[in-house]
Amino acid sequence: MAKVLLEMKNITKTFPGVKALDNVNFQVEEGEIHALVGENGAGKSTLMNVLSGIYPYGTYEGSIIYNGEECQFQTIRDSEKKGIVIIHQELALVPQMSIGENMFLGNERGSKNAINWNETYKEADKYLKMVGLSESSHVLVKDIGTGKQQLVEIAKALAKNAKLLILDEPTSSLNETDSRALLDLMLEFKKQGMTMIIITHKLNEVVYVADKITVVRDGSTIETMDKHSETIDEDRIIKGMVGREITNRFPKRENVPIGDINMEVDDWTVYHPLYTERKVVNNVSLSVRAGEVVGIYGLMGAGRTELAMSIFGRSYGSEIQGTLKVHGKEMTLKSPREAINAKIAYVTEDRKGNGLVLSNPIRVNNSLANLAGVSNRGIIDKDKEYAVAMDYKEKLKTKTPTVEQNVGNLSGGNQQKVLLAKWMFTDPDILILDEPTRGIDVGAKYEIYCIINDLAASGKSVIMISSELPEIIGMSDRIYIMNEGRFVGEMKASEATQENIMACIIQSGKGE
Amino acid sequence: MKGVKLADVLKKYTMVIALVLVVILFYITTQGRILYPQNINNLISQNAYVFVLAAGMLLCILTGGNIDLACGSIVCFVGGVGAVIMERDINVWVAVIIMLVCGALIGAWQGFWIAYIKVPPFIATLAGMFAFRGLSNVILQGYTVGIRNVTFLNVFGGGADCYIPDFFGGAALNMTCMITGVVIAAVYAGVVIFNRINAGKNGYEVEPAGSAITKTAVICAVVVWLFYMLANYKGIPTSLIWIAIVLMAYSYITTKTTMGRYLYAVGGNEKATRLSGVDSRKVYFFAYLNMGLMAGLGGILTVARATQAQPTFGNGYEMDAIAACFIGGASAYGGEGGVFGVIIGAVLMGIINQGMSIMGIDANYQKAVKGLVLLVAIIFDVMSNKKKK
Repeated sequence: MAKVLLEMKNITKTFPGVKALDNVNFQVEEGEIHALVGENGAGKSTLMNVLSGIYPYGTYEGSIIYNGEECQFQTIRDSEKKGIVIIHQELALVPQMSIGENMFLGNERGSKNAINWNETYKEADKYLKMVGLSESSHVLVKDIGTGKQQLVEIAKALAKNAKLLILDEPTSSLNETDSRALLDLMLEFKKQGMTMIIITHKLNEVVYVADKITVVRDGSTIETMDKHSETIDEDRIIKGMVGREITNRFPKRENVPIGDINMEVDDWTVYHPLYTERKVVNNVSLSVRAGEVVGIYGLMGAGRTELAMSIFGRSYGSEIQGTLKVHGKEMTLKSPREAINAKIAYVTEDRKGNGLVLSNPIRVNNSLANLAGVSNRGIIDKDKEYAVAMDYKEKLKTKTPTVEQNVGNLSGGNQQKVLLAKWMFTDPDILILDEPTRGIDVGAKYEIYCIINDLAASGKSVIMISSELPEIIGMSDRIYIMNEGRFVGEMKASEATQENIMACIIQSGKGE
Repeated sequence: MKGVKLADVLKKYTMVIALVLVVILFYITTQGRILYPQNINNLISQNAYVFVLAAGMLLCILTGGNIDLACGSIVCFVGGVGAVIMERDINVWVAVIIMLVCGALIGAWQGFWIAYIKVPPFIATLAGMFAFRGLSNVILQGYTVGIRNVTFLNVFGGGADCYIPDFFGGAALNMTCMITGVVIAAVYAGVVIFNRINAGKNGYEVEPAGSAITKTAVICAVVVWLFYMLANYKGIPTSLIWIAIVLMAYSYITTKTTMGRYLYAVGGNEKATRLSGVDSRKVYFFAYLNMGLMAGLGGILTVARATQAQPTFGNGYEMDAIAACFIGGASAYGGEGGVFGVIIGAVLMGIINQGMSIMGIDANYQKAVKGLVLLVAIIFDVMSNKKKK
């Protein structure tokens, strides 16, 4: 029996009107990797914020016992002094500063009045080596990729003498290779005796890396599973998360007749907006028929979003070559407006950054891409707009008291529904959905899948971009596989397996 | 949806409550003089430019907290142009149109650089601030140019006779003014009731009856009281007509039109708006074009009231307009704010100015107090945004 490093007892945290945590008990043993899983809004992040002192002692009930003593953290600094370091989902690095500067930001080396830069960079290099980065610590953070930035975050945590490392969705912005590298690094640290808590939505990662898994649901800890006493697979975890067994993660497709080709892209090449000689999308051809769901699978950085955005009114890229045919007619779409008029919709992967106006209500977001549909010569008919928003709220089962609610107050899944509603209201024939289920919980995912199926059943063409293999196989009729800007494979869903899709990618890598 | 919380009401109407408190404060310290009919009349005519410029500024601020530093200089420049051409006995309406076009062109000039070339608004308008101040001096050749055209002065609120004539010939009380006030209040109440019935018919959400009635009653009472006060003086100042036209127009633009919606959307999330097929450049251009137009009108009102144009006119007007918007609840990050807030902000600043003037407080202290009020308003905005997260 290993020593219990951390024990959180009877933690209750209330926000005005909501009980975010209700009498939570949570134990972490020394030297283990403990995964915290649960749907969005279940209370995982709140729990970690209580632990790290973001919510200071006194604003919650219950006690935290760390390393045998009771702790009353007032600020993050207090918890960091004890060796509890949290790495947040959003990277907290200053892009214009060097790796070394970032790593010791707020933890500067040297005396009170002068920073010792030599020591800073020397130390930084040491920690960089520990996380397996070969970059010099003088390199600016903006010049390295997201995967490496995540590693810098970890190095930064190590520099604070972390004993208990908390990683909040560390792989949410990483591609598969970088994710795997990060998880392996975690396993490496475990060998050296580090204790870690990981919060993640990706169940395959949980299975891969965690010793114990605690499920949080509706502000309470439901159960803790131990990998050493039972076999744990993804279905077992999902059962714990949603409180029921999801027998089918993907809704059945009705057998809809697949119609004519709605959109065709030929020899499509897109150049990088800054490095204008670099091809981000390289000679890609694709077609999509009415009533068809076409999946584009690729890792992050494969050029999927860039492909979609360049089709959608050239909203990405410096130069674009190739032909685009919509309903058999060749078209040049020079702006999002022209793309919308050509009945194409692009539902972004980044709903907060590129999709929604968070400070505006659902009603306003719903009609933003098609204000002409609710107005007359530039004058908005608010009654009509309200009716439209209500209609979509009912249709998509968006959970909200009213459509006057600001979108920023909704959960991820409901935000995604509003975003879908916004684009459905433009009445497109072709919908390009970019990671439509990113960062939303299992229940909401299922509902989004149902909406996608309904869209296809009504004769729309759907292009779904995803980096989740089960999703792409479960939802598509046909799958394109993309790697490093090229399409490296195409297969029917009935022939697709996780293995042969990955094989396409690996082979294409070797062919270079 | 019943049981509106007191805290929510307080939060929504903080600035209105602040305004009431400030009025009460000055009512006590000036022994009631602040609410004399003449002072109320002066409050309106002296601050006409603030309302007009703040309406234009609101659009710029909505697009993302962008401001126009040049509008004070444009006021001076347009006023100078007007005074110089009117000296040549040109038709007064031609002159007015030239002045407005001049303002709009300057707005278009700044808007072009900001929207299409992506010059940061702060710098583009700082440049305009210097340039048009200088050009005002050039046009006026450093002198004061008087305006003698009586029509111009009467219509735009300057000289002795800038009031709507009393058609009914009431002796002590200006009946035209009184009747106008009552009619406006009645029409407003009528529209509110009509909308409510309509909304009810279609099954839309409506405001709780209690708060709707209170709000309407208060607004009607204030309108009638205001016109009663004005009727006790010389009637409706013509500048009030211009203020009313501008505020109604901008209230309409911001709440009812697609362009108004785009202003908020661009300020809330520019990328999302662009990907929704909206040309955000047009939106910025529109905002600054309007700002120029309003600066033109502000110039007209300013020189009319002073019956002359001077190269120093309009100094610091841009700051008054910006302050009125922010005090009125426009967000410094864009995407939030409205014309009603601008009215409250402008009135609040006007009252503070006037109250302190009546008390005989030094003008420099007045500036200090204005600065503090602005800071407090922004602190409030920042704090309430923080709480939301």
